[in-house]
Amino acid sequence: MTARRRSPRLDVDHILDDRRTHIIVCCGSGGVGKTTTAAALGLRAAERGRRTVVLTIDPARRLAQSLGLAELDNTPRQVPDIDTTAGGQLDAMMLDMKRTFDEVVEAHTTPDRARQIFANPFYQTLSSSFAGTQEYMAMEKLGQLRRRDQWDLIVVDTPPSRSALDFLDAPERLGSFLDGRLIRLLGGPARAGGKAYRKFFQAGFNVVTGALTKVLGGELLRDVQTFVNALDTMFGGFRERAEKTYALLKRPETAFFVVAAPEPDALREASYFVDRLSDDGMPLAGLVLNRLHVSDGSGISEEQAIAGAERLETAGGHDLAAALLRLHADNVAAAARDRWLGERFFAAHPDVPVARVRALASDVHDLDDVRHVGHLLTGA
Amino acid sequence: MGDWEGVRLHVVTGKGGTGKTTVASSLAIALASNRRRVLLVEVEERQGLAQLFDVAPLTYAEHRIATAPGGGEVHGLAIDVREAMHEYLDMFYRLGRAGRALDRVGFVEFATTIAPGLRDVLLTGKTYEAVKRTRENGEYVYDAVVLDAPPTGRITRFLDVTTSVSSLARVGPVHRQASSITAWLHSPRTAVHVVTLLEEMPVQETIDAIGELERVKIPVGAVIVNQVRRPHLAGQHRVAAQRGELDRDDVAAGLRAAALPDDAALVDQLCTEAAEHADRLDLEQDARKDLMRLDRPMYDLPHLPAGIDPTALYEFAETLSEQGAA
Repeated sequence: MTARRRSPRLDVDHILDDRRTHIIVCCGSGGVGKTTTAAALGLRAAERGRRTVVLTIDPARRLAQSLGLAELDNTPRQVPDIDTTAGGQLDAMMLDMKRTFDEVVEAHTTPDRARQIFANPFYQTLSSSFAGTQEYMAMEKLGQLRRRDQWDLIVVDTPPSRSALDFLDAPERLGSFLDGRLIRLLGGPARAGGKAYRKFFQAGFNVVTGALTKVLGGELLRDVQTFVNALDTMFGGFRERAEKTYALLKRPETAFFVVAAPEPDALREASYFVDRLSDDGMPLAGLVLNRLHVSDGSGISEEQAIAGAERLETAGGHDLAAALLRLHADNVAAAARDRWLGERFFAAHPDVPVARVRALASDVHDLDDVRHVGHLLTGA
Repeated sequence: MGDWEGVRLHVVTGKGGTGKTTVASSLAIALASNRRRVLLVEVEERQGLAQLFDVAPLTYAEHRIATAPGGGEVHGLAIDVREAMHEYLDMFYRLGRAGRALDRVGFVEFATTIAPGLRDVLLTGKTYEAVKRTRENGEYVYDAVVLDAPPTGRITRFLDVTTSVSSLARVGPVHRQASSITAWLHSPRTAVHVVTLLEEMPVQETIDAIGELERVKIPVGAVIVNQVRRPHLAGQHRVAAQRGELDRDDVAAGLRAAALPDDAALVDQLCTEAAEHADRLDLEQDARKDLMRLDRPMYDLPHLPAGIDPTALYEFAETLSEQGAA
């Protein structure tokens, strides 16, 4: 048997207590407990004395309630009933992407222009149901909160998407779309750059607008054109803002927590994400492995339990003990599978610190449950 | 023939992580049994089917990816939005090579970005085309089509084609086709099955999704409960386990009879595990009660500790057939 190196433990409290940590980003694929992890980290930091705000994206009803978030109003609100004896505080908010987009527009144009933009049907689609808008606005909101300088720690949850990488890529995609040459051409050839460029592009452009008109209809295209013209002053601004926040994420004040569950898909996503952070020079704190089945090794093995259960079942009697042995065998097997999946990840990423969080019997219902998760995150 | 006689389009949705791709694949095998031909469609560009069936990545061409018991065939199709758009432009506008030139400027990305609904219409439109496709003798090419659809959070919007196209060209083939797709999706020839686990969040999403589908009058099919674990405790043992009142002497005697150590630590551990198990059974029971209230046919699929491989799909197909799914 080869020697197995144990991955380093993720020292959550150390990161939370480090005054140089100002941003914590929780990312991972959907359904792995990102939002709960973010809430638990925020609460724990606050109760250890940090002035903390948690930005959640789409929390489950009960988790929102346990943070006292009754409404989605895009404003941080103080979470009541937390322990403030260490001098910290906790605010929480849910992202309203439409309102955040509106704020960006308002900040960059005259009230008159803003009104025109808000009334544009294409803007309404763009701000409410566009792929990537949620990620872009989460990034934007993070930048805003950081600039307000009212908190010394911001914990961000990331939008539920299939791919964890969307959080990093979608803002750039939306930015380049809004900056892109096709949308500029729609705004009128004058916007499209130099004369030679225009000439080169004109023939293709006619085919494109022709096809767009056929498929999308003239009305939508006119909406887009009006939108582009109204947005005139903001072009460039979009990409620039996204780039600024992206740069913020590279600074050592940020700590990425990659969240996963012991499932092949979730761990594959976590793996991509860890590699990406390292490629882009972004500060990875470590992996939070949620929903682990654990079984302390002190008891009897799966094989022993099954053999014992079989013996009792053949002999008859002792139904209870037989049932408990079967149950124990299942638990040991589940724990072994989770451990095996985890080890495959750690073999490929031996230096990534890890926090192992055991599966909870039920979902989070109140602040005590959130606190309990925070406790489990520290390896207790 | 099972519960879905007359249904030709089976849409499978579920919260992320509930195993909808596994269930869609198993259902396709079940429906293909006995010399039938079924098309299994994926639309999320993630090659989930290729991974599951352990075959080369699927393309826009339809290939056989599995055989079913009794000589049936399952074919796989991964719908690519770009291909679907070109096919569409070719069919209705005869753009020919100019159509391909559109790729160079990112036409498809641009159009689907401006009008997110367009993407859904192209995906449902291609699926619909496969459902309706006939041979020269007038018979359907596929006896049934199974669609591995987007998750519960997006399913209603995905299938609500009328709203998707409302912002697009008011006239022309997109709209005409949208009406036919809508008519088909609202007819008894379609059934939307929802995959869930016996856990709080997936059950809540199942209930929400079924409510939404019913509101827009899209026919809901079965609720498929995945990863069902065998209960180890029942009756008085279950009650006692939960209260921490299991007969420890009885457990220790059982361990001795099984030739295992009967020390207090092991008895403690087993009793703790029993209490947690009993708690979970309660939660599962509540979850099942909530699902029963939906009053839809319910099929159970067992939890497989070793994970899912192609063999497991055949087991699941059989389990589904036994319960009336095919």
